[in-house]
Amino acid sequence: MLESLKGMMLTLASTVTGLRRPVTQQYPKQATPVKPRFMGFPALTWDGEISEPYCTGCMVCIRNCPTQCMSASMMDNPKHADGDSSRRKIVDYFEINLNRCILCGICVEYCNFDAIVMSHEHEMSTYARNGDRVDLPALLEIGKKYQEATDWIPPTVLAKQKADAAKSAAGEPAEASGG
Amino acid sequence: MSTQPDTLPDIQADRADAQPVEMLLNMGPQHPSTHGVFRMVLWVDGEKVVDVEPHIGYLHRGSEKLCEGEQYHQIVTLFDRMDYIGNFNNELAYCMAVEKLMGLEVPERAEYIRVILCELNRVASHLLYVGTMGLDAGAMTPVMFSFRGRERVQALFEAVSGARMMHNYFRIGGLKEDVPDNFRELMDELMPILREDVEQSDRILTFNEIFLSRLKDVSPITANEAIAFGLTGPMLRACGYEYDVRKAQPYSVYDRFDFEVPVGLDGDCWDRHWVRVQEMYQSLRIVEQAMEQLPDGPVASPLGRRLIRPPAGEAYVRAENPRGEIGVYLVSDGTDKPYRLKVRPPSFCNLSALRRLLVDTWLADSVVVLGSLDIVLGEVDR
Repeated sequence: MLESLKGMMLTLASTVTGLRRPVTQQYPKQATPVKPRFMGFPALTWDGEISEPYCTGCMVCIRNCPTQCMSASMMDNPKHADGDSSRRKIVDYFEINLNRCILCGICVEYCNFDAIVMSHEHEMSTYARNGDRVDLPALLEIGKKYQEATDWIPPTVLAKQKADAAKSAAGEPAEASGG
Repeated sequence: MSTQPDTLPDIQADRADAQPVEMLLNMGPQHPSTHGVFRMVLWVDGEKVVDVEPHIGYLHRGSEKLCEGEQYHQIVTLFDRMDYIGNFNNELAYCMAVEKLMGLEVPERAEYIRVILCELNRVASHLLYVGTMGLDAGAMTPVMFSFRGRERVQALFEAVSGARMMHNYFRIGGLKEDVPDNFRELMDELMPILREDVEQSDRILTFNEIFLSRLKDVSPITANEAIAFGLTGPMLRACGYEYDVRKAQPYSVYDRFDFEVPVGLDGDCWDRHWVRVQEMYQSLRIVEQAMEQLPDGPVASPLGRRLIRPPAGEAYVRAENPRGEIGVYLVSDGTDKPYRLKVRPPSFCNLSALRRLLVDTWLADSVVVLGSLDIVLGEVDR
């Protein structure tokens, strides 16, 4: 009996000393901010200069996807024929089954054209079983939203900028580190 | 506490001459204190557990077989999903296996970041254990404290890897990318408050009289028996046997840190709890030292995004997970997919002692005993 009381007193004391400002966030009402690197659902990026997607439908992401959640096809780029774009091929059809996607980010890592990003979108529950199969327009829309929200610069451009900055800082050709 | 029989009774023979007073009690798979989907069929005589039969496989996804169909860089995602409380530790074990087979040298900075993240993951994992152990013993407060601490660690993981749990951050031969530029500030902010959270979880529970009376002398096991069952990690160290892969066969850069291996005395439930709590302090020590020594340099693998084809051969690697010793046995036939990949999951091997631990204890203690095993069903069933 005495032991129980002593235990209860310890609990009470620890609770009182443990009182701090609550960190609870009322989630559905109050949006929880995500970190800059947060990996949400994958989305396709939009090249605003030429107003076409970055994606050429080369399918390297599909080959490297662990869950085979994507499918795509390419077509000849009409803008290349007109001389507006340097992309010979452009994505024709792209679909991601977000229910299958495991948000691993491998597609982003293997993309050669900066065409796919892990967006900050993570609230995409639907009532339909196939409600999370998103097609090209929807993916581009999520991508545009992400690009606007984060002032997105293509990673290859960013890497080049960093390397140039390092080169000019060192005064000699420096090797770009893995960052 | 009655003594255990030298040899365990044959379960079939037991059933044949079962006394009519015995009652069959089905616990799980949806029981909250099984920490997942684990089912125990208990034979009880009054309040005494006479026999127990574990049923596993409710979370079986065939991970080992799936690995044979995935390329080497895709398998990291599967390892994230085995022990889903200690993701980084699992990723490390797999990456080390492939690196050993290929004879790859990992950049020093990558090794240090791996150690920092793994040790933080150990703290997060043990914090979860402390909280749920409190719940199993009937205390509601500690789980709130420990989840708060774990949440902070996961926020750091999100800042570093982009995901709270399924990180996919370690790569064969390095890391996916360097840590964010403000990593040091994030760590400086996290470490004191995390230590405080650990201390608080420790203070409210470990030497609490109620908790002590609930856990002390409950289903002790000797070191010899523990080794015979293949128990590793805190389960083995609680018996007083000092064995830690990080000390016994140092991997990564663990030989450069000064830390102790806490050991228990009796191997009972409370000792297992105490060992885990002490391990959290040691892990924090390792993280602090690693942050001091953290060198600059590249973190990415020299392979880049090239297709990984290890030479034909086999490799076995072991590492210290929060739950015990994980072993990864990898056989390669020289192609881009492994020929065979076998995991020695610590939870599964620790669970093998369940019958030895539960028979002859009180029914009310069975939840505590199962909690002290600290199993993760993703790893038991794979």
